[in-house]
Amino acid sequence: MNIQEKITGYIPQVQFVEGDTLWAVVAPAHLHDLAKALREDADMQFDFLRSLTGMDWGEDGLGVVYHLESTRFGFQLVMKTATTDREHPELPTVCDIWKGAELNEREVFDYFGIVFTGHPDMRRLYLRDDWVGYPLRKDFDESKEINPLRMTNEVTSDVTSTIEIDEHGHAVEKTRVLFEDDEYVVNIGPQHPATHGVLRFRVSLEGEVIKKLQVHCGYIHRGIEKMCESLTYPQTLALTDRLDYLGAMQSRHALCMCIEKAMGVEIPERVQYIRTIMDELQRIDSHLLFFSTLCMDLGALTAFFYGFRDREKILDIFEETTGGRLILNYNVIGGVQADIHPNFVKRVKDFIAYMRPQLKEYHEVFSGNIIAQQRMKGVGVLSREDAISFGATGGTGRASGWACDVRKRHPYAMYGKVHFNEIVFQEGDCYARYMVRMKEIEESMNIIEQLIDNIPEGEYQVKMKPVIRVPEGSYYSAVETSRGEFGVYIESRGEKYPYRMKFRSTGLPLISCLDTITRGGKIADLIAIGGTLDYIVPDIDR
Amino acid sequence: MKYEDFNDNEYLESLVKELNANGANVLVGVLDDVINWGRSNSLWPLTFATSCCGIEYMAVGAARYDFARFGFEVTRASPRQADFIMVAGTITDKMAPVLKRLYEQMADPKYVIAIGACAVSGGPFKKSYHVVNGVDKILPVDVYVPGCPPRPEAMLYGMMQLQRKVKVEKFFGGVNKQVKKKDYKRLLQEEDDKKQQELLADNNLTVKKA
Repeated sequence: MNIQEKITGYIPQVQFVEGDTLWAVVAPAHLHDLAKALREDADMQFDFLRSLTGMDWGEDGLGVVYHLESTRFGFQLVMKTATTDREHPELPTVCDIWKGAELNEREVFDYFGIVFTGHPDMRRLYLRDDWVGYPLRKDFDESKEINPLRMTNEVTSDVTSTIEIDEHGHAVEKTRVLFEDDEYVVNIGPQHPATHGVLRFRVSLEGEVIKKLQVHCGYIHRGIEKMCESLTYPQTLALTDRLDYLGAMQSRHALCMCIEKAMGVEIPERVQYIRTIMDELQRIDSHLLFFSTLCMDLGALTAFFYGFRDREKILDIFEETTGGRLILNYNVIGGVQADIHPNFVKRVKDFIAYMRPQLKEYHEVFSGNIIAQQRMKGVGVLSREDAISFGATGGTGRASGWACDVRKRHPYAMYGKVHFNEIVFQEGDCYARYMVRMKEIEESMNIIEQLIDNIPEGEYQVKMKPVIRVPEGSYYSAVETSRGEFGVYIESRGEKYPYRMKFRSTGLPLISCLDTITRGGKIADLIAIGGTLDYIVPDIDR
Repeated sequence: MKYEDFNDNEYLESLVKELNANGANVLVGVLDDVINWGRSNSLWPLTFATSCCGIEYMAVGAARYDFARFGFEVTRASPRQADFIMVAGTITDKMAPVLKRLYEQMADPKYVIAIGACAVSGGPFKKSYHVVNGVDKILPVDVYVPGCPPRPEAMLYGMMQLQRKVKVEKFFGGVNKQVKKKDYKRLLQEEDDKKQQELLADNNLTVKKA
């Protein structure tokens, strides 16, 4: 089937750019119709919004790039739209088509000031409401006189505004009430041990039952994407480790892969082996921490110590080769920073031999525990449709029956050549999310075992030029990190610095589905749900 | 660690000298020592972490490093029950007032340890538009622990430095000084104004340089 013809059948004005993936350039007026057609056409079914990126093209206007994928057929498409009005940029929303767009569009509004008409909640996502200007616009003035450090407490508003188009085609601003005056609203966070970082919820309660939940982000918004625009490519690598610090290897792998793909660099097989093993070790590390913190949140403090005790063994392996424990700085463009330590192979094997019986103990201590089961089984169910619509990838998506593993969908490094099962559960509850991750530890060990004895001899790094210039164009690469699809989108103009670098957060879709999952549940279950979703807050806020 | 194993004893000795400039009462001095010995060995931190350093901080509390050995026993989730705050991770503009409020909610005597490059100076995010360049811009910091993130041993070292500081402080008439309710507000306001002035001066400086 030809997607191009299909699309032209719906909207004749769409222009196409062919490349690795097909690009469809559409005017804002037709955007919503095209999106609806793409989503609903039986032969296309683009139901997964992989990434939504706001852009400032200078004279070509402000716009958005949508990366779409069909989970049924595996088609990919990039949709692009732009408006030249810099004073009052307006685009139609697509959050009624893909639920995951809701928070992403708020992010774009926050960064670029693009207003999405029809969006139910047009507030800033990360920055304070009294922030002046839009930081990712190219003409943003960073001086501290405009935005000094404000030490006044932030005022939280119970109303929000939406922009709608009336019958004459004019934009009309309307206010929408988030929380009524007589609602009982509980504030959780940003300093709260169960939010796993500085995330903040406002929860409306009816007795113990959650009526609705609002997520507030931005308490650890470090402006990484803007910083990247003034850093050279090798310098940007340092910041990816600090996004999702429990997926440091994997995030950096994604960025290296994206730059290597853009430059057409052939990566030696030895590097691919090392990267794959490191990624899997990182996954085990992350899942062990997930186990520890979840158990602690649910009251099983002993399990917390077990998890951390075993995690230290992986950190020792990392430290020997990379010199770091948490922030590893290991992958570089064209290879890895240093060759593996002579003890590496032996220690990894020892670790796997040690870990297998430990996992049994974990299951005896926690998984089989009646309290743990009752707190997780049937709690916080996320349906498959919602998981796809929100773009909740990783363990969360797979627990809901969506086979969303990037390692299977778009194999990279050695994943195309090793055998492993994609763990998929159908229940979609907390227990399924927990079990997916526990089972993935085993799968990760299987993958490592297939590779560890066969690491080929060769170079561990391709020699690169001292100044790396990525050819002009747009590139997207994704890896499966410990908690889902982590994507890197680079737009280059052939300079030393990226024109725009966007990281597809793994955590943002996870918290955007929190409201749906928790509605009707008990307030105490919010802790179990938050724990099993396994988000990392600096990765959400970036 | 033994006293002579530390290689920054000069600073501590100068602090003692400064505190005892007007002489010390023998009886009160002995009582101070006893109380400070108890205080320094039961300092409880606030559960506070914003990013990467927080994970290493958790590791310090977990099985292998176990800060309970040194008297840091448990982290408390409520600032009312905490003796000091470990600022582990980047502090952003949006977080700064929240952190300040947490600090103000803690009961005196209270201490601050800045963990990691971000809390010390802004670290790798120094040039960002939304990052506070060092937590000492908003809070008085007692101990700085550099690193990105610092090793657990470094964190333990930093925490032990705080214990040393607590041990030489004057308790009666010093950190335990009673303040009348009406004075308290004024003092708080004065401190705030001073910080605000410093912030402004800082901003002017950066503007001039650019």
